[in-house]
Amino acid sequence: MSAEATMTLTLRVWRQSGPDAPGRLVEYTAPGVSPHMSFLEMLDVVNEELTARGEDPIAFDYDCREGICGSCGIVIDGVAHGPQPATTTCQLFMRHFTDGAVVTIEPWRARGFPLVKDLVVDRSAFDRVIAAGGYVSVDTGSAPEANLIPIPKDVADHAMDAAACIGCGACVAACKNASAVLFVGAKISHMTLMPQGHPERERRVVAMVTQMEKEGFGACSNEGECEAVCPKEISVGNIQRLTREYARALLKRSL
Amino acid sequence: MMLDGQVPGGALDAKWSNHKDHLQLVNPSNRRKHTVIVVGTGLAGASAAASLGELGYNVHAFTILDSPRRAHSIAAQGGINAAKNYKNDGDSVFRLFYDTIKGGDFRSREANVHRLAEVSVKIIDQCVAQGVPFAREYGGLLDNRSFGGAQLSRTFYARGQTGQQLLIGAYGALMRQVDAGTVKMFERREMLDLVVIDGRARGIVTRNLVTGAIERFAADAVLLATGGYGNLYYLSTNAGNSNVTAAWRCAKRGAYFANPCFVQIHPTCIPASGDYQSKLTLMSESLRNDGRVWVPKQAGDRRAPQDVPEGERFYFLEERYPSFGNLVPRDVAARNCKTVCEAGQGVGPTGFAVYLDFADAIHRLGAPVIRERYGNLFQMYERIVGDNPYQAPMRIYPAVHYTMGGLWVDYNLMSNVPGLFVIGEANFSDHGANRLGASALMQGLADGYFIVPYTLANYIAGTTLKGVTTEHEAFAEAANAVQTRIDHLLRVRGDTTVAQHHRRLGHTMWEKCSISRDAQGMEAARVAVRAQRDEFWQNVRVPGEPGNLNKSLELALRVADFLEFGELVAIDALARDESCGCHFREEHQTADGEAQRNDERFAHVAAWEWHGVSRPPTMHTEPLHFESVALTQRNYR
Repeated sequence: MSAEATMTLTLRVWRQSGPDAPGRLVEYTAPGVSPHMSFLEMLDVVNEELTARGEDPIAFDYDCREGICGSCGIVIDGVAHGPQPATTTCQLFMRHFTDGAVVTIEPWRARGFPLVKDLVVDRSAFDRVIAAGGYVSVDTGSAPEANLIPIPKDVADHAMDAAACIGCGACVAACKNASAVLFVGAKISHMTLMPQGHPERERRVVAMVTQMEKEGFGACSNEGECEAVCPKEISVGNIQRLTREYARALLKRSL
Repeated sequence: MMLDGQVPGGALDAKWSNHKDHLQLVNPSNRRKHTVIVVGTGLAGASAAASLGELGYNVHAFTILDSPRRAHSIAAQGGINAAKNYKNDGDSVFRLFYDTIKGGDFRSREANVHRLAEVSVKIIDQCVAQGVPFAREYGGLLDNRSFGGAQLSRTFYARGQTGQQLLIGAYGALMRQVDAGTVKMFERREMLDLVVIDGRARGIVTRNLVTGAIERFAADAVLLATGGYGNLYYLSTNAGNSNVTAAWRCAKRGAYFANPCFVQIHPTCIPASGDYQSKLTLMSESLRNDGRVWVPKQAGDRRAPQDVPEGERFYFLEERYPSFGNLVPRDVAARNCKTVCEAGQGVGPTGFAVYLDFADAIHRLGAPVIRERYGNLFQMYERIVGDNPYQAPMRIYPAVHYTMGGLWVDYNLMSNVPGLFVIGEANFSDHGANRLGASALMQGLADGYFIVPYTLANYIAGTTLKGVTTEHEAFAEAANAVQTRIDHLLRVRGDTTVAQHHRRLGHTMWEKCSISRDAQGMEAARVAVRAQRDEFWQNVRVPGEPGNLNKSLELALRVADFLEFGELVAIDALARDESCGCHFREEHQTADGEAQRNDERFAHVAAWEWHGVSRPPTMHTEPLHFESVALTQRNYR
């Protein structure tokens, strides 16, 4: 085990028992924090203490704890997923904090993501946006031979860059308009770059944007906060492609 | 009792096509009248739910997470095998079949494995058509790499995120059916019981994880796609919410649990750093293509890796297994890592780690090529450990990763409870005693896209199903049982937390029943798990209320099931008095220290019927017949 010194942190955590209950920041002390702990492991330790004291533990979403499932998401000191670039909350390690620090911990706040409890929000709006068209309509069994359509390596690589989105919602949480255009743009890029996505190109972008607006996500005002917090470094270039694709679809439709 | 896997007759390579030709069909206009429940939305569940929706069935799909896209298949890094032979290196359906059955140390069902290899090629076609951005060569065609346990390149991949990309493909297909109205999606629901009526699976009872409501769902068939039980060991590469509960509740309703002791320990994971550790992170097996595994020759050598001269390094996999080198199967690699660490040659702060060194590969190929191949894995390692693997070797150690055991199913992937189908990691059927790398994704998608849609139709068409509603007394009984269990847990108000219990159970299982096992250890594990189970029910503390989001209660219900299931794992490991694949019994090894099978007595599947915690389970066996392969001692030297 490591001989490195541990830290004591003061946490100010958003506690709210349900969507309609009042919420507030509650202060907790987190002693004995090892620099090798992940942020969520630090919260686990705090929750063990709360359980031992008979208090309700802090509710937060998590699953894979290796930065790929997109379950976790906490605003740490005002920044979605915290201070480390290109890092999900579960992959944020305590070595990036200093002893004695006061850390404020809040949920994603956005109209499209209603609060469930404490740090847990409802992101089902993202599923509905995907359901509106974020796929290639191909039934099982009808696919042609995989190597039938060659795809230039750089095109496939760019599609992969966009497809790496984990749907965590940090982009929405970071945006002052609570816009979801980076999430939608990433999917549109993935589907537009891959030739398999072309037959539904226009229908897809219109349907997804329509659904996005229906879910209460705001408009984009080009400030790039979304890209800055994205744990997968999804580029704002995807938003430009979304805008282009949307305009193209409307034009094509009006012809 | 002898179990019959219902394997069709005929030549091995004709079984599946002949069988399909004679399966019964459901008329397209009748399909919507049949409700099918799919529990779990990983690769197996999502692909099955989407495919059944496309066919027109009325599908209800369930996930414990907030979105189907988050299922743990998403974390699979390395790739997916398929017998495309794009590399012209002699691959074929037979070779993929043979490698898989040999890799599983001849403890899987021949016909199932051959079918898996047959449909593997269609999976790649399907995923490419969905827009999955697989890695490509400059000519625009699909790239392949090699993986452990194989001497050719048949693994398709999307950087180090293959599982993510395949799952997003299946999730897209699923959401398309949600949009079309054929699939109704139920998020944040945990299956807590199976409802069996007139001997057939007819529904499930779930807990709504947000409101705490106990809900009932009736159907004509239930498909379980709930993954593996690696979290029995507390520390594993599984996601925090992966659990055995849904499968175990089926076992308690009469489904047989097969080969539960077959638990894969993955050799290349980031070692634990402290008691607070909540999970272990896998470093993809693909890294062994270019990374060299070594420890210092001298036990207790505490020098930094770069200070250990070449001549004082022990490249133990390369030296012991010259023909496969660092690419030996997972069980072999894991055992060797353990052995060198126990001999005092381990490295890092705990001494339980070995080096995975890329210096040679970086020297040979240049850092950009290595970054292209493994960039995100290197990044992940650096983020977690704080060391840069381009400059210093990674430290790795084995961890529980995958469970080959699971609910027993016949060739149609149906359990012994008619109407209960089990697919993906949740069943036992294809990987025997050890799964080869890049085969889990293949199996999940094979089951979901290309097998269960046919076999389920056969069941529905061939069965007279009476109308059943959730008012049936069997639903009331199951819902009451669930409620009673929850009330009991909340009432205990003891002084140990659920996590403390889970950690302790995991420690027992890891110490006594993991990389290597012996009779004495397993007997001790059995006794310890039993004692802990009683203690749990008398002294656990579950805070909070039943009627809202209560993570502690969710975990308590799962750990309560692990405390029953863990005993069965030890019982199965004890009963299998041979070594095979991952199941390495100290008592049975060759002169070289390799697993010594006993085909005479143990060429069978052990499927356990549970009778409750106070009575011993009954073992049923399904003999394994090998018609197309000769049972050999695996040799990777």
